Amino acid sequence: MTDTGTDTDLRSVVIEREFPHPPSKLWRALTQPHLIEEWLMKPDAAPDEVGRKFHLTGDWGGVLDCEVLTLEPERSLAYRWDYDNRDPAFALKSVVTFTLTPTDAGVHLRMEQAGFRPDQKQASGGARFGWAKFLDTLDGLLARDA
Amino acid sequence: MTLASDDLFRCLADPTRRGIFERLCREGEQTVTAITADAGVSQPAVSKHLGVLKASGLVADRQSGRQTHYSPRLAALAPLMDWTQQMAGFWEAKMDSLDDLLNRMDQ
Repeated sequence: MTDTGTDTDLRSVVIEREFPHPPSKLWRALTQPHLIEEWLMKPDAAPDEVGRKFHLTGDWGGVLDCEVLTLEPERSLAYRWDYDNRDPAFALKSVVTFTLTPTDAGVHLRMEQAGFRPDQKQASGGARFGWAKFLDTLDGLLARDA
Repeated sequence: MTLASDDLFRCLADPTRRGIFERLCREGEQTVTAITADAGVSQPAVSKHLGVLKASGLVADRQSGRQTHYSPRLAALAPLMDWTQQMAGFWEAKMDSLDDLLNRMDQ
């Protein structure tokens, strides 16, 4: 991450889930374009080889530049997750890493996204990144609170 | 979570209201008439939603002739702009979609 110049102040998000499905099935959902499109964003190539460059297009119209950094079938997949923008408040350089661990009931998935620039903490450009989806999940949360 | 963000979340948790706000963000200033044409609800309902959005600081209004024009105020979203919190929400939602997909997929 030295090329980003932010290695002293990286931020990361970690999300973990367990799915009652075999690791092979989850692996397909992570690497096959028609499946990636169904849950994440629309890719223009399969992230199935180290060095593979591809783009992810979000429903908000933005396009992410991605490149596979590491890959171990049914175990782990990491790719660059960069958003190029003239406005530094919108630009983003990060790495997304999926780690799969077989469990008795299925598979545990750990997603880590690391590499945010610290100044983006307050960037209004963050609105481009799926906050509407965030609020969708809050629907349920608020309903539970009420 | 702060009171300010609670209020914003409640305001935007309503799908119709969120739709109106998203449209203003996408297309810029609009009249109530124009918003109503696409909102799928009555003009009084749209006006009520706009009132709630205005109370939360998410929209500003401007009178011009007989029409009131509404524009988005993105600055009001600042409490939601913490990246880690926001991206965590993004990924949680994506994981829900992934869960749905896995349930639909063949073995």
